[in-house]
Amino acid sequence: MTGRPTTGEPVLEVRNLVTEFPLRTGPFRAVDGVSFELHAGRTLCVVGESGSGKSVTARSILQIVDQPGRLVEGEILLHRHRTAKGAGADDTVDLARLNPRSSAIRAIRGRDVAMIFQEPMSSLSPVHTIGDQIGESIRLHGATSRRDARRRTIDLLRQVEIPDPESAIDRYTFEYSGGMRQRAMIAMALACNPSILIADEPTTALDVTTQAEILDLIRRLQQSHGMAVMFITHDMGVVAEIADEIVVMRHGKLVERGDVFAIFERPEHAYTRMLIDAVKALDRPSRRRLAMRAAKPPGAAVLDIDGLEKVFHLSSGWFGRKRSTLKAVSDLDLRLRAGENLGVVGESGSGKTTLGRCILRVLEPSGGTIRYETRSGEAVDLTALDRAALTRIRREIRMVFQDPFASLNPRMTVQQVIGEPLLVAGLLSGRDLARRVGELLEMVGLPAASMERYPHAFSGGQRQRIGIARAIALDPKVIVADEPTSALDVSIRTQVLDLLLDLQERLDLSFVFISHDIGVIRYFCDRIAVMYKGGIVETGETETVCAAPDHAYTRSLLSAVPHPDPRVRGEKKRHRYVEQA
Amino acid sequence: MATVVDPRAHAHTEVASQWRLMWWSFRRHRLAMIGLTIVILLYLIALFAEFFAPFDPQAARARDVYHPPQRIHFVDTAEDGSWRLNPWVQDYKLERDKFTLQQTYVPLEGERIRLDFLGSGEPYTLWGLFALETRLLVPEEQGRRFYLFGADRLGRDMLSRTLHGTRISMSIGLVGVLVSLLLGLTLGGISGYYGGTVDMVIQRIIEFVLSLPTIPIWLGLAAALPADWTALQRYFAITLILSLIGWTELARVVRGRFLALRTEDFVTAATLDGCSEKRLIFRHMLPSMASHIIASVTLAIPLMILAETSLSFLGLGLQQPIISWGVLLKEAQNIRSIAQAPWLFIPGVFVVVAVLALNFLGDGLRDAADPYAQSGR
Amino acid sequence: MLAAFILKRLLWAIPFLFAVSIVAFALIQAPPGDYLTTFAATLAASGDVVDSERLDALRTRYGLDQPFLVQYWKWISGVLQGDFGISFEWQQPVSGLIWERMGLSVCLAVSTLLFTWALAFPIGIYSAVRKYSIGDYIVSTLGFIGLATPNFLLALVLMYIGVVHFGTDVGGLFSDRYQAAPWSWGKFVDLLTHIWVPVVILGTSATASLIRIMRANLLDELNKPYVTTARAKGLSEFRLLVKYPVRLALNPFISTIGWAFPQLISGAVITAFVLSLPTAGPLLLQALLAQDMYLAGAFILLLCCLTVVGMLVSDILLALVDPRVRYR
Repeated sequence: MTGRPTTGEPVLEVRNLVTEFPLRTGPFRAVDGVSFELHAGRTLCVVGESGSGKSVTARSILQIVDQPGRLVEGEILLHRHRTAKGAGADDTVDLARLNPRSSAIRAIRGRDVAMIFQEPMSSLSPVHTIGDQIGESIRLHGATSRRDARRRTIDLLRQVEIPDPESAIDRYTFEYSGGMRQRAMIAMALACNPSILIADEPTTALDVTTQAEILDLIRRLQQSHGMAVMFITHDMGVVAEIADEIVVMRHGKLVERGDVFAIFERPEHAYTRMLIDAVKALDRPSRRRLAMRAAKPPGAAVLDIDGLEKVFHLSSGWFGRKRSTLKAVSDLDLRLRAGENLGVVGESGSGKTTLGRCILRVLEPSGGTIRYETRSGEAVDLTALDRAALTRIRREIRMVFQDPFASLNPRMTVQQVIGEPLLVAGLLSGRDLARRVGELLEMVGLPAASMERYPHAFSGGQRQRIGIARAIALDPKVIVADEPTSALDVSIRTQVLDLLLDLQERLDLSFVFISHDIGVIRYFCDRIAVMYKGGIVETGETETVCAAPDHAYTRSLLSAVPHPDPRVRGEKKRHRYVEQA
Repeated sequence: MATVVDPRAHAHTEVASQWRLMWWSFRRHRLAMIGLTIVILLYLIALFAEFFAPFDPQAARARDVYHPPQRIHFVDTAEDGSWRLNPWVQDYKLERDKFTLQQTYVPLEGERIRLDFLGSGEPYTLWGLFALETRLLVPEEQGRRFYLFGADRLGRDMLSRTLHGTRISMSIGLVGVLVSLLLGLTLGGISGYYGGTVDMVIQRIIEFVLSLPTIPIWLGLAAALPADWTALQRYFAITLILSLIGWTELARVVRGRFLALRTEDFVTAATLDGCSEKRLIFRHMLPSMASHIIASVTLAIPLMILAETSLSFLGLGLQQPIISWGVLLKEAQNIRSIAQAPWLFIPGVFVVVAVLALNFLGDGLRDAADPYAQSGR
Repeated sequence: MLAAFILKRLLWAIPFLFAVSIVAFALIQAPPGDYLTTFAATLAASGDVVDSERLDALRTRYGLDQPFLVQYWKWISGVLQGDFGISFEWQQPVSGLIWERMGLSVCLAVSTLLFTWALAFPIGIYSAVRKYSIGDYIVSTLGFIGLATPNFLLALVLMYIGVVHFGTDVGGLFSDRYQAAPWSWGKFVDLLTHIWVPVVILGTSATASLIRIMRANLLDELNKPYVTTARAKGLSEFRLLVKYPVRLALNPFISTIGWAFPQLISGAVITAFVLSLPTAGPLLLQALLAQDMYLAGAFILLLCCLTVVGMLVSDILLALVDPRVRYR
């Protein structure tokens, strides 16, 4: 399925769009002179990193920008006569001219142009049934009876492949899973057969396998309905998977615009090139790492996990009488060798974060042993350590967190944050401590002078570096990194990963690297362990597993990962993993 | 994604601590700034009540019963048309209507009581330590009286009484809240930090206390105080009663913050850094809650003030000779007396202003309490 | 699901009520001495000689010399059979004294609640939707003042205005001629003409606080993504507002009914005292001061029960309105 040819005239033209937010410091242009076109049956991807204004652009089209944002300039021409359903409609409307509260634009919202959003949980009302919310759209734009609307709703739910639509229609949002919610959202958008569908990061909050299903669904519906789709995303892989045309945005401005192949193969703008390179880099092993391993192959096991189990007791009722248990990790074996990077991959709820936290005893394991060889060469069972011994071991095994904002205390200066482990351990204080913090900052690529500042003065990537500096402050042996790159923009991910490799070489570290992102793992990890529902289904050399997965779940996971090359789209056969009873 | 962050960050905020950031965001809250000013003023009055009051609040003068308030003038004009800056008030005389025997105060034309700023008046001992006699505003002529807020049924100066009442009313709020805070911080902290069974038991206790109807319980407890207690004993007992009920809200706030913080990554990070439990709580968790606690405390003070006022008004709270706004308003209970002397309401105005100011201040503090909410994610 | 939820809440109310009754009894037992001490003191003050043997005999008769638990048991088992004991001061059964007054109290509280809701709800919505408009500022200012004014002060001011400017006494719930009259249509109309004064007084601060709660809740909800979703569907602003954010902003509103109602009843104590209303408040105050323990105990117990029932009602309402609560 290579790019479809452009079919004639555009159905929607955006010309020189400007949207401003009045701030205390003066108006801030979130969207600054953006132009593009949407064609029936084709997909336009608007891509950009956080803060690029891509979401505001999408909302500007329907004039539903959050307060106090305001459309200031530009034209948004909707050519209704060119759409499938537009017969008889008064040709061209400039949406930018319409009052955002007018009935004219309300008649277009949902009927001609429909929209789906990123967070399906919060984007649906929690106190109305799914059927109520979809039926509302139907009845709003076509005067149908309640019963007809219900029939149509069930039909829509069936179209988006929600099982048992007759009973699903009366359920509430919180009774749906994440993927089902997004399907319901799509059903709602389809209610009036819109000619244009705007999807604002619809798969960002979902797991890869769910994402692949939703992308398939959107593509199928687009073909059957002949819709123009505007797809907003930050993920170049997704772009390569579905786009016909691409608009690249940065700081509210349009950077580059063109056909998907042109952009991926001959990007003109340096920023576009950087975005594509960053995502392509992550699709193969890091050369640096391979060279490092060739020079110094991994040694004996430092961490040997055997039969690890973690059970959560969920209590409910007034005095916590009713107890239910949840096995987050069960019967898990894993081995980390000295000087290697072990990737733990899994989707949300697979227990990978619990595993990381059990190793450091942030969570108390319910069973099993974790054998660890200390720096002095003695072997200890981490699950059996007393408090004092644990504190000692925690100097050798350190952790890097996912969220660079939540993991640094905003009320402490960088010096205090990084210096805390050194100070608490009684190793350094006063001027020596400051000097050491300076060294550590420089090791992670930040100026030593920035230690006076507070975390809020740093960007996400810089904060993650601070977190890494804190982790290496005590000269550890093992670092457990829990999704250290997933909160970062793609362009910064490789930089952080390279920093970790650099530190590995200098400090002789081993990593347990937890991630949901196969690309990142492939770049960074020597071996990979695939987690599914609290257990490990497959382990092996990263390249071996990625090339020839053994387990059906791994196959389905790998087949779902979008490939950042539009030429290979659709070549992979999609596997859906269905668990055997 | 939909949030808009102004990329033009301010360089000087980079090294700003949480308190500095809070102050910057608080400063923008105009009502809160007004509130802050008034609250500071009220506490200054409370501290130096003797200095601000022109007379001894207990000094009665039978011939000035229900003396109406006098307006203060600042420019003193002489007969010859010359003038000078000197505060004065019109002198009044008590007249009795021959037929109805009704008493009225009539202005004595030309008779002025001249006043002195920072003059020496009746001697007093500030805080029981310093013997002083300088007061803010006193009559030039020793022994004369003036009544800016009028006089009560015993001819006592309402201005002096109200200012002295400020001391008790404002302090009972503060002390009461501090006691509540102690209870709330301990119980809420234990509940939130340790969780589990302890948390559950404390939660049930809090729910139980919350479901008790406040006012009848106050009344019951206050009525239970032995009548022969001294004024000071009574003061502390009333404070304790008020805080016994007020602590639940604070405990809830503290618990909520602890629960939220316990799962924060930076707290986990501090645990992994090897911090002891003490250091974890006092170095890493408490500073993050301090601002929220201060805001809740500020919002709890006005409730205490209102409660004290109500209790004292009913005669169950503080009693003469202690002066609080509630005790003063008790004088206004009788419809006959307020019809005759509406200025007895003035302490009520103080109550309203104090409560308003504290509410504004608390609201501003609450809004500023988390300076990191907008920046970042 | 819903029935199970309600049943569970109902079952929980029982131990709660039991605990409440202990507190109520402990409270009336708390003052040192008992009614007879107070009684003796009153007699002594008027110059009468009190025979200590007679006092002891009385004490035994009323069971005042028995231990706490025994007294409590006697009292609570009586209460369960509808017998609240005897008022020392009035020398008649407590149940005869309290019901009419409690009835009027509840009537007053319900009227106030309706008044509060009718006012707070639309104003709160207006204030949130037109944030930072002149109307919002006026409402907010009035709200702040309403919150800062103690009820009794407002009552005093209204009484003052009534007496000085209109020459009428605004106190009481009935005109003189209906005071002791049996219930009739005329008496009911008379009640209506009087009740608005305490309703306004009691409702002011409650209205002010509910407006603030409503405004804050709605402002929170207005920025939620589901509002954008609904807007993207093409709903008109008004329908959108009423169906989605207002509906969700109602939840905390409903959970306030629980305490609002009993709070109104107990908060009315002071106002009722100032306005000398024939409701429960003044009698309770009097009973507390005189250590008339069974009378005071009955009032406190009933007020506590109302609170528990109020919370129960609000929990059930909340479960009805919000499916998430039901399934938790």
